[in-house]
Amino acid sequence: MGKLTIGCFASLVGSVSLDFAVKLSDAAVKKGHKVDLWVSGNATMLSKKGQKAFKDYSHLAKTLTELFATGNFQATACEACAEARGYHKDDTMEGWKRHSMDWYLASCFSADRVLHIGGD
Amino acid sequence: MATKRLGFIVRSLPYKTEASRLAMTHAIASQTVEIYLEDGDMVEPVVCFIGDGVLNCLKSQQAMKHYGITSLEQHVKNGLLLDLKIMICKEDIEKLGIKEDSLIMDAEDIGGETKAQIVPYSEIQKEMDSVDHLLFC
Repeated sequence: MGKLTIGCFASLVGSVSLDFAVKLSDAAVKKGHKVDLWVSGNATMLSKKGQKAFKDYSHLAKTLTELFATGNFQATACEACAEARGYHKDDTMEGWKRHSMDWYLASCFSADRVLHIGGD
Repeated sequence: MATKRLGFIVRSLPYKTEASRLAMTHAIASQTVEIYLEDGDMVEPVVCFIGDGVLNCLKSQQAMKHYGITSLEQHVKNGLLLDLKIMICKEDIEKLGIKEDSLIMDAEDIGGETKAQIVPYSEIQKEMDSVDHLLFC
């Protein structure tokens, strides 16, 4: 089994890039792989707690909670990108880490494959 | 002890999205990555500007004046100051009518010694083939 590192820059709502990243993470973990998900830029919104499910938009928080429970999934938000958007450690969903960008590069170091998804 | 080479391939326009800025800031973050790695392990980023992404390398950007933010020009210079390998696609600057003297080729004014390289796409392709992981931005 391998380790997949996924970086995503895209926003929570407004593109399907984050949906794809989370679904791909889910599929990889179900196959027995480990996944590190890194979000920076607008994608840091994925780590915001208190997300409400609307039928008009995809809802990723539930999948993330299930992924954290597997023990084979880590997700980390760029601390600076989150702070710049006005949400702080107390606003972050349980299970998420917050680090600077070097965490992502370190995750890339030990990954078998790296995917960089979205940039809008 | 190992070095993993990460290739950031920048295709995005400056200021239109955050992508090119994030590519540069992630690459620059390699300077502090050792805090997460074992002794002797390291990552080495290479940044290649292709397509519309070459516009990130233009001199005399006025981002502070117009947007109140640091410019991509400063990020490129900071990268050169930190000895990042920066490559700019020759064919793409020619397509856009950009001359070498319009591009940020060094960071001598802030003490940098490394220079950017204008290279044919074939050289960038070789770089992409040689890195461990490719990150398109």
